[in-house]
Amino acid sequence: MFKVTWHNLIARKVRLALSAFAIVLGVAFVAGSFIFTDALGGAFDGIVKGTTADVEVLPEGAGQADSFGTDARTIPAPLVEELRQLSEAEKVVGTDQVQGVFVISKEGELIGGNGPPGLAFNYNEMTAITGDPILTVADGELPSTRDQVALDVDTATKAGYDIGDEVTLVTPGDPPTMKAELTGLVRFGSEGGLVGATLTIFDDQVIKDLFFEGKDVYTNISLTAAEGVSQVQLRDAVKEVLPQGLEALTGDDFAADQQEIIGTILGFINTFLLVFAAVALIVGTFLIINTFSILVAQRSRELALLRAMGASKKQVNRAVLTEALVVSLVGSTVGLGMGYLLAIGLRALFGFIGLDLGAADMPVELRTVLLSYAVGVIVTLVAAYLPARRASRIAPVQAMRDDVALPETSLRRRFLVGAVMVAVGVALMVTGFAGSGGRGLLLIGLGMLSILIGVALMAPMLGRPIVQALGVVYRRLFGTVGNLATENTLRNPRRTAATSSALMIGLTLVALMSILGQSAKVSTDKAIEESLTAELIVSNATGQFFSTAYADSIRELDGVDSVTAFRQAGAKLANSQVFLQAVEPESLGSALQLPVDGGSLEAFDDQSVFVSSTRAKSSDLAVGDSVKLTFPAGPTEFDVAGIFPVGGAVAGDFLLTLEGLERSGIKPEDSLLFITKKPGADEAVVRSQIEEVLADNPTVTLKNQQEFADEQKDLINRVLYIIYALLGLAVIIAILGITNTLALSVIERTREVGLLRAIGVSRWQLRRMVGLESIAISVLGALLGVVMGIAFGIAMQRAIADQGIDVLSIPWLQLGIFVVLAALAGVLAALLPARRAAKLNVLEAITTE
Amino acid sequence: MFRSAPKPSHSTSSTVFGPGSGVAARALDVRKVYGEGDATVAALDGVSIDFAAGVFTAVMGPSGSGKSTLMHCMAALDTVSAGHVFIGDLELAGLGDKQLTKLRRDKIGFIFQAYNLVPTLTAQENIELPLSIAGRKPDRQWFDTVIDTVGLRDRLGHRPNQLSGGQQQRVACARALVTRPDVVFADEPTGNLDSAAGAEVLAFLRRSVDDHRQTVIMVTHDPVAASYTDRVVFLADGKVVDELRNPTAADVLEEMKVLSARSIAGTATGS
Repeated sequence: MFKVTWHNLIARKVRLALSAFAIVLGVAFVAGSFIFTDALGGAFDGIVKGTTADVEVLPEGAGQADSFGTDARTIPAPLVEELRQLSEAEKVVGTDQVQGVFVISKEGELIGGNGPPGLAFNYNEMTAITGDPILTVADGELPSTRDQVALDVDTATKAGYDIGDEVTLVTPGDPPTMKAELTGLVRFGSEGGLVGATLTIFDDQVIKDLFFEGKDVYTNISLTAAEGVSQVQLRDAVKEVLPQGLEALTGDDFAADQQEIIGTILGFINTFLLVFAAVALIVGTFLIINTFSILVAQRSRELALLRAMGASKKQVNRAVLTEALVVSLVGSTVGLGMGYLLAIGLRALFGFIGLDLGAADMPVELRTVLLSYAVGVIVTLVAAYLPARRASRIAPVQAMRDDVALPETSLRRRFLVGAVMVAVGVALMVTGFAGSGGRGLLLIGLGMLSILIGVALMAPMLGRPIVQALGVVYRRLFGTVGNLATENTLRNPRRTAATSSALMIGLTLVALMSILGQSAKVSTDKAIEESLTAELIVSNATGQFFSTAYADSIRELDGVDSVTAFRQAGAKLANSQVFLQAVEPESLGSALQLPVDGGSLEAFDDQSVFVSSTRAKSSDLAVGDSVKLTFPAGPTEFDVAGIFPVGGAVAGDFLLTLEGLERSGIKPEDSLLFITKKPGADEAVVRSQIEEVLADNPTVTLKNQQEFADEQKDLINRVLYIIYALLGLAVIIAILGITNTLALSVIERTREVGLLRAIGVSRWQLRRMVGLESIAISVLGALLGVVMGIAFGIAMQRAIADQGIDVLSIPWLQLGIFVVLAALAGVLAALLPARRAAKLNVLEAITTE
Repeated sequence: MFRSAPKPSHSTSSTVFGPGSGVAARALDVRKVYGEGDATVAALDGVSIDFAAGVFTAVMGPSGSGKSTLMHCMAALDTVSAGHVFIGDLELAGLGDKQLTKLRRDKIGFIFQAYNLVPTLTAQENIELPLSIAGRKPDRQWFDTVIDTVGLRDRLGHRPNQLSGGQQQRVACARALVTRPDVVFADEPTGNLDSAAGAEVLAFLRRSVDDHRQTVIMVTHDPVAASYTDRVVFLADGKVVDELRNPTAADVLEEMKVLSARSIAGTATGS
């Protein structure tokens, strides 16, 4: 029996290559996701371990930095000398670390900045827990004066600077930009590179003067243990002498904390990618089930013959499954390789939104390998089991007959099962919308999946009228060839439906995302138009904070009436991460109209917060309540002064005053400036004045309302493009599925093709016939998908209307383009099978068995 | 296994070389060689034969005699290794795929042993297929004549799987004739049918020759089928070895016995 299986595998290279392709793509997606996130994790691990010493002394709570916004607290420098007295410490160095120092290249472009941090610190001789020095001088000398800096080798290379050149820097201090001579190049200790981060090295005193108001302080102190002293022993020794408000952490603990923070972010990225991997796999499963169904149907006679010769049901079953196993192993292996390539592609894709991995390693962990094979093999075996079971039911006597029909479940039963799944899916979605958080999302996702599979099951019946309507057009335009194509599409409704269902799933999600994206964009426009009164906005396209010096300078300008600065930070409320905005209450009114649901702006001071309506609901907060927000520096109590509705210009959970934020220990750095001009001032003049202030910093730019709205929408577009790119892979799998089905159908209909050719159908008529069949399948899938996408889109928009996406907008033109693109994809999918059909030798075709 | 059949009366009338009849198809010193070097096998070894228009011809011979190969080469389904094949005045050699396709569509009709019909099309659509792919409308009167001759008027809306084997074969005959081709090639058209259904098909082919002056060339191994024809050409070892005019089944059977005996003897003595 095994021999038979083996011969089948060899004899059906083409068909098996096609079915293996489905597995390859599904597995590639899973493997790629894991390899990519491992690479990210590895790179960050390298940075963390490369910058952590045996013991780190920090302001209390600073190690659990689950806030953004810079911790303003510091450590008095004399503590270093004190710690040097400890016999357990071999080396004690103080570090002043500053974030938001960016290098401007020779061409005036920002280096990095799109996400990865711009780090600056004083040169020091710290040794990391990896045993490597954090920095080594690669070339030149260390900076010693205020006008000198050193850069890491990669950054200098990217920016095109050589030693002796004048370097332009953007800083979060005052002045916000500076020029300095490049005296040397340093190499960062860890192997994984800096993950796109840039590194600027200042002299110890200079960094204090520039960023710490000249105070003799450090942001942290790193200690290296003496020979034979453990991290714990050293930490305990340090604790003895540590003043209030500071804490000592072992390097391992500190690194673990940092990795946990990074792990949360990476986990999110991994989950995000795995969602798409799941989509790809579901689409792939459709493809594999379909392929094996066709293969088994085509071989039903052969399988019946095996039965007639005395093979048991079990043996036939096993033969098909063994075949599937071999195919899945080959497919998974190739998929793993493709996954590696995909990970490289993902690196480029994420580089596009700023997660620059540079040349980080792409590690293929054992876990990735095992998971890839598990997914590939299990999915394939499940997909092959259903047709195998049917194949084994073939009665031996049927082998003698010319046309062996596989026993198939009736379309009606299938339709009913599908309808039930749709009903269950709707129920799940409704429950999901009522719930909240991860569980709600999971239910919504499961509900959608259930509806999609239900519709796929109903598709043989749902699709019939669509194909028939298309057939009317086909017959009118293409006559008999159109008729043949239509009838071919209808002759095996299950196969057509299964093939188009794969595309349907892809397009459902594409349509859903385009509707949500469009609604988000329109909602953004509306929010800005309705609530923004400021004429001009200064923002940082990269999302980095910028120096408060800009706001001060702009306020001095002649034509400027008011400048309202917004700041951002993160904090913890109970166990959840919350997003904060801060503003001056006095100037808030001139920047935007903040509708207030409850409470009053009058009562807004540094002791109070405004809370968003969604957060008020989820955290059960009302005006007058007290709320405790936890910052790195510790918890701060606020009173709830009012509630603002989501969807206006203010995003986030809480709105604080600038003083309120500073009171919580967050360093003053602005994220947005809203500017109104004096009545009668010429906008062009005011603009050029402000632009002059911002001239030396390419990251901070001036916009009017429209440009600001466009910038916001550009962000939405970027996210949409990434999602489209990822969904695109699922669509590609679906299109390959069409190719697969058509190719198998052509093989199956070899005699019919021969007959058509014999009675005078030309090659190009045959090609057109296959092409039209392909278009019918893809248009069917696209139409079903778009309809489902619209339904899901409307449901989702309604569900999240109170989270800022309050306008439903359906991009009809775009959806129409998707359907047209699907039809074009159908043309592409048909190319190879059509070629194959046209190339068949007429005589051989008509005499095949 | 000899099935006795009444001697058809029509075969006595001599329409074989009637006035004005030309040659519908012609093979001239045709050779068809398979394989290379020592392994060469000549399926056709210098066959020259004319098929007159308006004549029903059977091509017979033992297995491997080259009768199917001859038909495939004559019908532009296969190419010859040497020699010339003509359909009417047109020589097939050197024709490209487009011209061959047009030739098959307009000048030639086919009836195969099985699998003659496109399963997704109705009987009527199948019959009209050669015309509709050429973008032509059927000549209503001729179409009606053909339908009535095969007696399928009440079955036109049915799909092939709703028709019996004999009905399917009659639809195939109608399709082969609907374009009024120069010549109809039939490859064992009754091979898959029981004797009654086979007789219907053969009678229909006979009528199309008698009543409508069609030219039919049929490959068969059945002496009864051959007895419906005007002329039987016998092939053996890739050569034309004999022919009979207005054959009876008994004549044909006798000739076949002789041929197969000769073939066995030839094999025994070695060549």
